[in-house]
Amino acid sequence: MVTGGKLRAAREAAAAVPDPELPMVTVADLGILRDVTSEGDAVVVTITPTYSGCPAMREIAHDLRARLGLAGFADVTVRTALAPPWTSDWITAEGRRKLRDAGVAPPGPAAPAPAGPVPLTLGPPRRRPVACPRCGSADTTQTAAFSGTACKALYRCEACREPFEYVKDV
Amino acid sequence: MTEDQFDAYQSLAEESEDHRWAFGTGFTDPLEGVDTSVPDGVDAAALAAYCLMLADDALVYSHRLQQWMTRLPELEEETALANIALDLLGQARMLLARAGRAEGRGRDEDQLAFFREEGEFRNVRLVEALDADFAELTGRLLVFSAWRLALLSELAGSADPVLAAIAAKGAKEVTYHRDYAAQWVVRLGDGTTLSHEKMQTALAAMWPLVGELLRPEPVADALPGVAVRPEALRAEFDAVLDAVLAEATLDRPPATPVALVAGRGGRDGVHTEAFGYLLAELQSLARAHPDATW
Repeated sequence: MVTGGKLRAAREAAAAVPDPELPMVTVADLGILRDVTSEGDAVVVTITPTYSGCPAMREIAHDLRARLGLAGFADVTVRTALAPPWTSDWITAEGRRKLRDAGVAPPGPAAPAPAGPVPLTLGPPRRRPVACPRCGSADTTQTAAFSGTACKALYRCEACREPFEYVKDV
Repeated sequence: MTEDQFDAYQSLAEESEDHRWAFGTGFTDPLEGVDTSVPDGVDAAALAAYCLMLADDALVYSHRLQQWMTRLPELEEETALANIALDLLGQARMLLARAGRAEGRGRDEDQLAFFREEGEFRNVRLVEALDADFAELTGRLLVFSAWRLALLSELAGSADPVLAAIAAKGAKEVTYHRDYAAQWVVRLGDGTTLSHEKMQTALAAMWPLVGELLRPEPVADALPGVAVRPEALRAEFDAVLDAVLAEATLDRPPATPVALVAGRGGRDGVHTEAFGYLLAELQSLARAHPDATW
């Protein structure tokens, strides 16, 4: 049985796995790691994808098995949970700090799910200003709604003129 | 073992059983660990057929969008379309897996994607057409994503919890797709004389295929509370299209649907000529190496 201190050790080992595409944060920081439990001698890790097509899920599962293996847990099951869908609100305060330190603007609060049809956005997004992670200025412009990974958008700071990425609030 | 071996790329060099040969490969069942039992009272065959339709729309359209890669005018559009295609591919994988499980014949996502014949694909014909230019690309993406967002938003309340979860996740993604397309249609429609003309021509070219999205579908009728009847999406679809076209100073083309073939269309496996070429590209590698893992 994996219980008590051993389960805590398994949780710590799983929580320390870095995200393959945002290696400055861990899967726990991002809210991808949903649960670590045990079934008999097996450690059961539940993860959730940020986006449907996220190519990092396989790498994350592999890294979880490797880290848990090193921590002495040979029998590891990795499961996917689809509901509730991942939201950027699950990124921890620590995760937000690490993102900002690495030059990636952390997300603002996600908009609540609309009661009726999803509203259409035809102009520039009217969300709260995104602060530049380098100089802190709120005078920033979105240059693209998509970026190098599914979870980010591209911005430019009008004060320090540096481009930066923003983790989308979803 | 050093920290290096946790590097996502370093670890690819390890000997392992999981067939990873590049980042993001070594595909396993995208619904691994998800309870995919069919709820009581739900017609499993109809559920499989319905999921296959929605999967095929996403799979085929994703492939068409992937064909635009390296051909777009700016890097930002390249990343946007790559992300959109990736989101749709992810949705397609989960829906194919859902269809395979509900069907219960042991077919996985690869067998459904790569080893079905043209007549077994259930996608609408709108998504298989080749975009003639950037105006057609953005116009088609607007039509498709306005329809799919209305659909996924409704499906998030489906009585099949797996389909509901896939839809709730997808709705967040397609919200971005629709806004991206709508903003381009407005920019081109309300742009120069030439861009306006090209956008209007693009809409006219694809409009005959729009009706198929909203055509009543017997499979949906057989799944009350689980599926969404296509005709129920018309009000939201029309409201969104009218709002975008008004802002873009574009006229809505007349609704003259493309003919069905003996009463059959894309949802019945009757496709356009362009589809055969698309499928050949999509499937040839897997068919040349039927035992390969990805």
